[in-house]
Amino acid sequence: MSIETLNHKSFFEEGTTKAKTGLRAWIFSTDHKRIGLMYFISMAFFFLVAVIIGILMRLELMAPGKTIMDAQTYNSLFTLHGVIMIFLFIVPGIPAVFGNFFLPIMIGAKDVAFPRLNLMSYWIYVIGAILAIVSLFMPGGPIDTGWTFYIPYSIRSNTNISLAIFAAFVLGFSSILTGLNFITTVHRMRAPGMGWFKMPLFVWATYATAWIQLIATPVVGITIVLVVLERLFGVGIFDPALGGDPILYQHLFWIYSHPAVYIMILPAMGVVSEIIPTFARRTIFGYRAIAMSSLAIAFVGYLVWAHHMFTSGMSDTARMVFSFLTFIVALPSGVKVFNWVATMYKGSIDPKPPFLWVMAFIFLFSIGGLTGLVLGALATDIHVHDTYFVVAHFHYVMFGGTGTIFFAALFYWFPKMFGRMYNIKLANLSVALFFIAFNTLYFPKFILGYMGMPRRYYDYLPQFAPLQFVSTIGSWLMLITIILIIYNLVHSLFRGEKPSVNPWGGVTLEWRTASPPPLENFHEIPTVIHEPYDFSQLKDMKYES
Amino acid sequence: MEHGNNKHITPYSTYLIVWVALLAFTSITVSVAGINLGNLTLFVALVIAAIKSAMVINIFMHIKFEEKIFKVFLLLSGMTLLVIFLLTFTDFSFR
Amino acid sequence: MSHNENSTASHVHRDDVGAKMGMWLFLFTEVLLFGGMFLVYAVYRFQNPMQFHLAGMELNTTVGTINTIILLTSSLTVALAITAIQKNNKFLSLVFLSVTLLFALMFMVNKYFEWTTKIEHGIYPGSEELLKKQNGEILFFGLYYIMTGLHGLHVIVGMVLLSLMFILILKNKITHDNFVKLENSGLYWHLVDLIWIFLFPLFYLIQ
Repeated sequence: MSIETLNHKSFFEEGTTKAKTGLRAWIFSTDHKRIGLMYFISMAFFFLVAVIIGILMRLELMAPGKTIMDAQTYNSLFTLHGVIMIFLFIVPGIPAVFGNFFLPIMIGAKDVAFPRLNLMSYWIYVIGAILAIVSLFMPGGPIDTGWTFYIPYSIRSNTNISLAIFAAFVLGFSSILTGLNFITTVHRMRAPGMGWFKMPLFVWATYATAWIQLIATPVVGITIVLVVLERLFGVGIFDPALGGDPILYQHLFWIYSHPAVYIMILPAMGVVSEIIPTFARRTIFGYRAIAMSSLAIAFVGYLVWAHHMFTSGMSDTARMVFSFLTFIVALPSGVKVFNWVATMYKGSIDPKPPFLWVMAFIFLFSIGGLTGLVLGALATDIHVHDTYFVVAHFHYVMFGGTGTIFFAALFYWFPKMFGRMYNIKLANLSVALFFIAFNTLYFPKFILGYMGMPRRYYDYLPQFAPLQFVSTIGSWLMLITIILIIYNLVHSLFRGEKPSVNPWGGVTLEWRTASPPPLENFHEIPTVIHEPYDFSQLKDMKYES
Repeated sequence: MEHGNNKHITPYSTYLIVWVALLAFTSITVSVAGINLGNLTLFVALVIAAIKSAMVINIFMHIKFEEKIFKVFLLLSGMTLLVIFLLTFTDFSFR
Repeated sequence: MSHNENSTASHVHRDDVGAKMGMWLFLFTEVLLFGGMFLVYAVYRFQNPMQFHLAGMELNTTVGTINTIILLTSSLTVALAITAIQKNNKFLSLVFLSVTLLFALMFMVNKYFEWTTKIEHGIYPGSEELLKKQNGEILFFGLYYIMTGLHGLHVIVGMVLLSLMFILILKNKITHDNFVKLENSGLYWHLVDLIWIFLFPLFYLIQ
């Protein structure tokens, strides 16, 4: 199938709105690609804000005692860092940007099932973000409970809890509607010949994620409503003096927030399953196993939430049950890692930046995952719960996991989205620098946690000072890395070379259309005849080796 | 492109019969509530509620006549909720 | 091959099954939303069985039963409205829809009187009277107000939705071969009924 690139407009030039150019052509656009990019710009902004907050936190923690701020400020900062990173960046994350942009293309569709609902999801996201920002400046000041809003402090704190958590409620709606849209899209809009087992694994991953978004988010929705009602009316639902149980709050909170971490990681794993075959130029090993493992992780992920609560006062029975289930959920993830490695075996490796990011991911995510086992085992958890060990663990899985792959996806699909190529050497350097910065910033935290440094503490004992200092150095290296990445991509957006439509030699449908794609994704809806990841197709496609 | 399951029209009479059944079950559940059977009363009330729900979902909401996938979705969501209940009670039942 | 700019047919082809699927998925989110509340109810009832019984006796079973009958019947009439439009009987459909809305209104009026009576007796979240009671009773009433309140909110949303459908049928935007919007609104309404089917025994039949 040949691609006609002459005389056809890209989606940048042709849109769905009455306005042809300017802001109105974007904020009212129902084109999934424009929506994906709008999410990207918003999320990139919030990511950077949260990074700066992290830098400031690390500055404070560089030495014992007060360094640059007081304790109340620190409490608000770590809360905001968590709230922004989780609710405004990682949860919408890969689905909102790359899912929106590429899911319809990868199944050969023109758009999602409900394009106007898709736009509404974005607006709701923006409204939630604005509410969160407003809550920073209302009298009372920014929320200081930690992103987990635990009872009883979230009831008693004088900061703007209700507004801030209502913002989270609104953001949840955005997530739910996106999930609803993606599920319907995958069921109803696949191109002729695109059977379930011909779909790319990124689609499987995004589909499984959509179910989690749909089913888990309402539970935190109602939990947030209950906290607001408690603050406003003193209903007593979580107040021990009135018969309420703070642990019940924790259950309700984590019933969403644990599956939420699978919302974060599953799409990332889907991206890995795209990148590895392309850069190993080999069909994926165990396609069905990987597809099914996405569904398995989504389901089993609902069953493990209370491993966040081992020291809360739950019954012993519950602790044993949840510890057992937590070990089980590691299995489908293991399936993926083994299959990825098997795919690379005897493959023809092309170590381009997306592939290097994936290599970094495998290392960092594995450390994160393995330390999760330490936390999942009851006896060891008692010692490291609420210490820096946990902080290190979740940064390895969320940042080293999803964050790394967010970069990988960006570097993989950048030429397709923008029709430009970035500087490969600089990109390679960025990955290397990232790896060093990441481990400098976060590995010491494992040791600190093991040594007993509690999390969310503004001040600490002198014996923790050296490693805290090393970690702060890591944060500066990380900042430099991020600046380099931004420079590379932004510069290439305007000055980069124009690559072929398939610079990496991928065989999923997005590589068969123009870069950037036209408004309805394809000039002709494709008919799918090949098995997924069948690289013999390449000889029929235009690509650069 | 098919335009949905327009082919099946539920007769007025079917709906009426289901409605009568629903009212009947409601009266049963109200009567049973008056009899003190301890925990069994709650159990019976929930079973009756489940039966009424099944009728509303299958006939009023038409799921009996829709594509199989709808039933799969419903089952999955219902099971997830059930599992959440069960796992939460591993804490509270054994305190 | 010649192409015009929009060669991949840009007319929107209808997908009624897709629309219905989207609605069902949305209903699942509502089930989980209320499911969380039912979980809270279950835990606290498990922990305070006697006090829940005690507090439950203060609710009026007759009003609750009447409201149950009202909602069940409104589910009937909205279903009948759909069959009517499928049979191209626009007038009958509008009649059934109106009856549904009437029943919904009756439900809300009943609820209004129920609540105001309770509030006049000093039983509402945070009230002195309520706080004098035992913990289990306080929790019971807290849950009562929250769950019936949330349910009532959904009844109002349902009424707005059904009113919109009334207008669309009137204007012939919903017809015998294009009625998925009405079906979806009906589905929402049935969900409101379903939630009440569980609320009713849990709050009004604890004797």
